[in-house]
Amino acid sequence: MRALLELMLGDPQADRAVPQTGTTVRLTVFVAAVMAFLAVITLAVSLTTNRVASLWAADLAQSATLRLPADPATADALLLSALDVLETTPGVSGVRALSRDEQQALLEPWFGPDLPLDALPVPQLIEIVTDRDDFDIEGLRARLSAQVPGAILDDHTAWRAPLLDAAARVRLIGWSVIVLIGATVAAMITLAAQAALAANLRIIAVLRLVGAKDAYIARAFVRRFTLRAAGGALVGTLIGLVVVSLMPQGDATSSLLLGVGFEGGEWVWPLLIPVLAAIVAFFATRAAAFRRLREQT
Amino acid sequence: MIELENVSYGYGGQTLFSHISLTLAPGSFHFLTGPSGAGKTTLLRLCYSDLRANKGKVRIFGQDAGALTRDEVAMSRRRIGVVHQDCQFLDHLSIAENIALPLTVSGRAHEAAQNLPELLNWVGLGPQANQRPPELSGGERQRAALARAVIVSPDVIIADEPTGNVDWEMSQRLLSLLIELNKMGKTILIATHDLAMIRAAKSDISARVLRLKDGQLVQAGAEL
Repeated sequence: MRALLELMLGDPQADRAVPQTGTTVRLTVFVAAVMAFLAVITLAVSLTTNRVASLWAADLAQSATLRLPADPATADALLLSALDVLETTPGVSGVRALSRDEQQALLEPWFGPDLPLDALPVPQLIEIVTDRDDFDIEGLRARLSAQVPGAILDDHTAWRAPLLDAAARVRLIGWSVIVLIGATVAAMITLAAQAALAANLRIIAVLRLVGAKDAYIARAFVRRFTLRAAGGALVGTLIGLVVVSLMPQGDATSSLLLGVGFEGGEWVWPLLIPVLAAIVAFFATRAAAFRRLREQT
Repeated sequence: MIELENVSYGYGGQTLFSHISLTLAPGSFHFLTGPSGAGKTTLLRLCYSDLRANKGKVRIFGQDAGALTRDEVAMSRRRIGVVHQDCQFLDHLSIAENIALPLTVSGRAHEAAQNLPELLNWVGLGPQANQRPPELSGGERQRAALARAVIVSPDVIIADEPTGNVDWEMSQRLLSLLIELNKMGKTILIATHDLAMIRAAKSDISARVLRLKDGQLVQAGAEL
């Protein structure tokens, strides 16, 4: 804590000993701001994808669809049998046969609004809602195959697994991009710090001559670059948050693009970006400074 | 204070000097003379660990200079005041700030308020305290460099051609300041071409004069 306070407050005398170099100041602030902005956008997309995918997956996980054979002669009997089986199955909290209008609405995107549903052999769909994570789907499937011949039970596994897989990949890509952004910030800060050290070589030689330790010389550079990176990242983060807040909002479960942003505890992540930028800058500058001092004096 | 024992130094395949031995006893006053390129500045740099000997042993305040860490070198420099011919100031700082720099880097900046005015008066730079180094004359810069070298009250003062860029009157003034420091118990080592200054000093103090020539360090003789 004391070290952090010393870093923030600095030593005015030490700061005066090493003059500011304009180019590296502007470069550091600009790159830190841009990288923080990109990190905010990446975080927003990554977290939103993860959140929406989780919502979708949760919905799918607690529901199943039963499809009855499209045979007009047996349709009513099969429906009654199926409802009987479902209503007596432990863990099933809701059973609902889709109405003709609902089935028509489901098919409308493919066949248009004038589909003559009565004239087509469209299977009856039944929506099943479960209230237990350990619901025995295989047991239900066995009972249905015995009592409702031809019925097909879809537990949405085929839909849910790729969705979760895709969400995990998007999340992985997001974090990878953020790690790359951090590495880029570290590389840029290292270059800028080395340039600043090279530009102040004569000053460093004088400071060494009068008894300055490496830590004293490095501190002036480390403090400067840490504060610049933190300041730039703060600006970039704020701009990023403004841009995210201007994204069109809506029901994220209906479209991924309508929900890009942060919710609840997710707000911690963008707020950490300036802190992380400062930490990266601190260690990158410190390493560059000590290496350069060993090499040059 | 500082001892060189059979020290050799060279670079790029050339030997600058070899098997040199020198002892700077506490309170001693040494002049180092010799032709340009003989290695006087190099020898001085070995004495404050700015270079490491190729062979032999350098001891600074009893410690093997070859084994000192970078922090230990920094600590030893706080006991050795160095005056360069080109002074080596930080041009963006005032003369007062430059003189106080050894205190600043050693975490004793608060002592500057106490010592600085007296020191500036001692070297006659009170009115120039707030000027930048480029605004000062050669003699003023040399006096400022001397003030910076002594502000932490070092045990040893090493000066490399301190009168190289100043007129006779100013060289006498600088010499008298160095003699005054020696009389206060400081160990002094001065590299110089200025034989007149050496003669003037010898009339006032007991100074040992060494000559570095052809890679060897010998006691200077009759030419003085």
